[in-house]
Amino acid sequence: MNHDKPLGQALREQGVSRRGFLKFCATTASLMALPPSMVPAIAKALESARRPSVIWLSFQECTGCTESLTRSHAPTLEGLIFDNISLDYHHTLQAASGDAAEAAREAAMEENKGKYLLVVDGSIPLGNPGYSTIAGISNLEMLKEVAEHAAAIIAVGTCAAYGGLPHAKPNPTGAVSVEEIIKDKPIVNVPGCPPIPVVITGVLAHFLTFGKLPELDHLRRPLAFYGNNIHDRCYRRPFYDKGLFANTFDDEGARKGWCLFKLGCKGPVTYNACATIKWNDGTSFPIEAGHGCLGCSEPNFWDMGGFYNALSESTMDLSRTAAVGIAVGAAAGAASGLLNRRKKSKAEAAHETVTVKDLQREEKS
Amino acid sequence: MNSMDSSLKVEIGSYNSGNIPPLMHEIRHALRNLLDNDETTTIDLRGLPMAPGEQQQLLDILGKGEVSVQLDALGKSEITESSYAGVWLIIHYNNNKEVMGKFIEITRMPAILKTRTADMEESLAALQVKLEEV
Ligand code: SF4
Repeated sequence: MNHDKPLGQALREQGVSRRGFLKFCATTASLMALPPSMVPAIAKALESARRPSVIWLSFQECTGCTESLTRSHAPTLEGLIFDNISLDYHHTLQAASGDAAEAAREAAMEENKGKYLLVVDGSIPLGNPGYSTIAGISNLEMLKEVAEHAAAIIAVGTCAAYGGLPHAKPNPTGAVSVEEIIKDKPIVNVPGCPPIPVVITGVLAHFLTFGKLPELDHLRRPLAFYGNNIHDRCYRRPFYDKGLFANTFDDEGARKGWCLFKLGCKGPVTYNACATIKWNDGTSFPIEAGHGCLGCSEPNFWDMGGFYNALSESTMDLSRTAAVGIAVGAAAGAASGLLNRRKKSKAEAAHETVTVKDLQREEKS
Repeated sequence: MNSMDSSLKVEIGSYNSGNIPPLMHEIRHALRNLLDNDETTTIDLRGLPMAPGEQQQLLDILGKGEVSVQLDALGKSEITESSYAGVWLIIHYNNNKEVMGKFIEITRMPAILKTRTADMEESLAALQVKLEEV
């Protein structure tokens, strides 16, 4: 695979015009939550970016993360990013199998030693190594082997980032995340079950544009996408602020689109971009469809005390979850939303720290 | 309408994120800035929490002006001047007709419409070749 061709030239050879490229850069900046004023700089950097070699390992997973990224049937803008990396190993997508596939992985590792990106989806079982193997190699062994000479690791999906579903109690396979095994490499977590497709490509685009990984939060998630919680950007937030809640899925409050907090919504403790980027062509997201957020981008979300229990009654362990961000009042929430989009690094400043006790108080008042 | 339909009725009109007024203020400031300092502002609509129907409300408020352009590069793009001169709405679609980006650009002419220098240089060379053929 030729990695020497700059991205701009590769795109032009595929018939992408300069206006098309500018459009690509504008939408890329948008998905990376960068201010539109940065588009010319991004265009300049992407024009001359080199295509990185990517090795993608799938461990204990459901293939939903790969589905999320590749479900489109026709070429899309985010597909272009994906097409313009050199995906040298992905056992679900590649034509080669068995020894030939493993040989391709070893060749890519040798050729791009110290420079390739390692993408992982799925958790790693520490119990019996036979729980999950590829070509007879245990997940643990393969991860260590490929990670050794990787430039950086992107853990895609909640399973790779925090253990996810396999890690849910009682965790029969002893599943752990990538960061619990690899301690000496830069790791980016892109959690979600599955993650929003443009978030995966956004991280790749950031790497292509700036040659380094994006700014991360304390759970190693890119701030551009995980800097705000669902609750702060939720359009039902004015109802929460007024204390208007749906109590069942078919009562007056549900019909009027009131807040889903009492129906178990985990939006207040969940950091992700669903409320703004949304799903399925930006059509909607769970809360817009009438169901509370499950908190799928947070560690231990399966064990957060029940999907339909309100946060205030749950027994969930919040110790690894970020301080809950609540903007002060509906109007301030909207205004800080506008600001945050432009001053991403200052996103945290708009947050006040609240505890589950505060939430209980707000709910009662 | 049967009884099933009416029991599922959702009153969309009651949703309101409150984001339209601050956005309209931002557009007004940007237009002032364009007039005073000739500076362009782009607002990315994807970053704003909007209730169902609210984005349409915003577009209705802005209305349609006299210029409407369709670009065909990596899927269609619709570029429309609103009824407020200098306030443009830009919607980028991909080849699947999915919306990839929605922007309001406060400018004399959206950047994507301007012809790039490198394109003109290539055209000049191509024209030269054509002329030699003729
Ligand atoms: S609790 Fe859930 S539904 Fe209610 S405002 Fe917060 S995120 Fe939206």
